[in-house]
Amino acid sequence: MRTYLDFEKPIADLEGRLDEMKRLAETNKVDVSEAVETLEKSIDRLRHELFRNLTRWQRVQLSRHPDRPYTLDYIERMCDQFIELHGDRTVRDDPAMVGGFAEIDGQTIMIIGQQKGRNTKQRQHRNFGMPNPEGYRKALRLMKMAEKFNKPIVTLIDTPGAFPGLEAEERGQGEAIARNLKEMFLLKVPVICIVIGEGASGGALGIAIGDRVLMLENTWYSVISPENCSTILWRSWNYKEQAAEAMKLTATDMTSFKLVDGIVDEPVGGAHYDHAEMANILKRTILDTLTELNALSPEERIDQRIDKFCAMGVVVE
Amino acid sequence: MSWFIRKDKGIQTPTELKREAPDGLWYQCPSCKQVMHTREHKLNAYTCVHCNYHEKIGSDAYFSILFDDNQFTELDEKMMSADPLSFTDTKKYPDRVRATIGKTGLRDAVRTAHGPMEETEITIACMDFNFIGGSMGSVVGEKIARAIDYAIANRTPFLMISRSGGARMMEAGFSLMQMAKTSAKLARLSEAGLPYISLLTDPTTGGVTASYAMLGDFNIAEPGALIGFAGPRVIRETIGKDLPKGFQSAEFVLEHGFLDFIVDRKDLKDKVACLLKLIK
Ligand SMILES: [Zn+2]
Repeated sequence: MRTYLDFEKPIADLEGRLDEMKRLAETNKVDVSEAVETLEKSIDRLRHELFRNLTRWQRVQLSRHPDRPYTLDYIERMCDQFIELHGDRTVRDDPAMVGGFAEIDGQTIMIIGQQKGRNTKQRQHRNFGMPNPEGYRKALRLMKMAEKFNKPIVTLIDTPGAFPGLEAEERGQGEAIARNLKEMFLLKVPVICIVIGEGASGGALGIAIGDRVLMLENTWYSVISPENCSTILWRSWNYKEQAAEAMKLTATDMTSFKLVDGIVDEPVGGAHYDHAEMANILKRTILDTLTELNALSPEERIDQRIDKFCAMGVVVE
Repeated sequence: MSWFIRKDKGIQTPTELKREAPDGLWYQCPSCKQVMHTREHKLNAYTCVHCNYHEKIGSDAYFSILFDDNQFTELDEKMMSADPLSFTDTKKYPDRVRATIGKTGLRDAVRTAHGPMEETEITIACMDFNFIGGSMGSVVGEKIARAIDYAIANRTPFLMISRSGGARMMEAGFSLMQMAKTSAKLARLSEAGLPYISLLTDPTTGGVTASYAMLGDFNIAEPGALIGFAGPRVIRETIGKDLPKGFQSAEFVLEHGFLDFIVDRKDLKDKVACLLKLIK
């Protein structure tokens, strides 16, 4: 069963009609191929139209679509080998953050990302993609190991935020994220960071210091979720759409402000509509970006990485 | 190459010294309710002579406590917030900033300066909570970044005094990236082999905790300061339970291994100077 968002309702209606038509044709043994083709074309047209002018809030909705590919889905589709590595060597393994060595088009990379769950049980297991400090520490351990073996790093960002829990505070959530920010600037190997879903605040940034930071077309990346922004600034949950507009949190916005380096196109209908095509696009993007970054020396990459982030900000003086 | 969009805005408001120190002749401690003379309270580094409650103070007070004879040179004094997102919630962001400047006499939520401390040159950045909750926007990030640059160029130690509710939401993505920027500069400071002392004061939460405040060679805090990543209200809502007493206090954070020591404000200057001498 496909899940439709509120603004996808017209598509859902037409697809319902299409299914009905096919079912009737099947039972009554009549040829409706022409009608089916016409309807399929109009669904396609409608989808193109709807996705051409998405609002910021609609992109936020798409970034959280329950059928959207998650980190492990991409790894499975893009990589020929993947050996998952667990644990921060101090407290425990954090299932909300996954990572390991993988082979992509004959090259070894370290791939790391937040992981969400697909059903209730998985969602709880993955803590809704909200890592604890040990998740960030595991990520850093794996990045340092990639550096040791001179392998590039790819991180996939998809989190509603770092977990705001009791144990997370006891174990230093703030310190864990802060350390990653500082250490990632000094990594000698290429680092590519891609927002594949939600990029909420420090919890996202904690694995997002890269030579290239990219965002998929229907994702968001900002300092707070539109809902929480609405609650704090408007003192009500109801202004989330306005908050999303005000925060300018889409891939287009963030690229125009030079806060990220670029946008990765999604298939028409969104990443969830065609996992295979989305993974293909992402794989090509990663390979092309790696080629660019391999042309630089480690010192050049570090200098450029630091200079890029240090240029972010607008002040009056 | 200029990294910044610079806009000239010849605003020259006289710096009105109406900052966080309580004025009037008498000071009543909000903790033990006892009354003392304002001068006595000030001489006691704005801590209560009866119960040692550490009053929340701002950059003016910290600079006078730390720099010898209150001698210092302020850096980037005139830097102010822009409005890169043309952000409006219930108010326009520039209006909010202007009103806060008028009310506090401050330009933004951090002031940076260098000067002598026990006769050794030091660079200090100090946050002002009165300015939109000490929230971190482009100005906070940029001033701290440049203060670190100053410390590197002049080979001075760097002391950061944090007091912040976290991000400046009205600068959204720009605010978030200040965490990255300040951490990048601290990585450079570290490479230069210069000491970084981070003093966390009440409260230090959110993106500030998750960046420069926790990155000190020495992380130190004032007694009783609230220190955390998530705020207590958010955690309470997440776990659906009341929080244990003392949760996220400086003492709790020390016990869990994230602070080097807690320092009474009256001993702050001596202890920091002593530490810096030991590692010289
Ligand atoms: Zn008292």
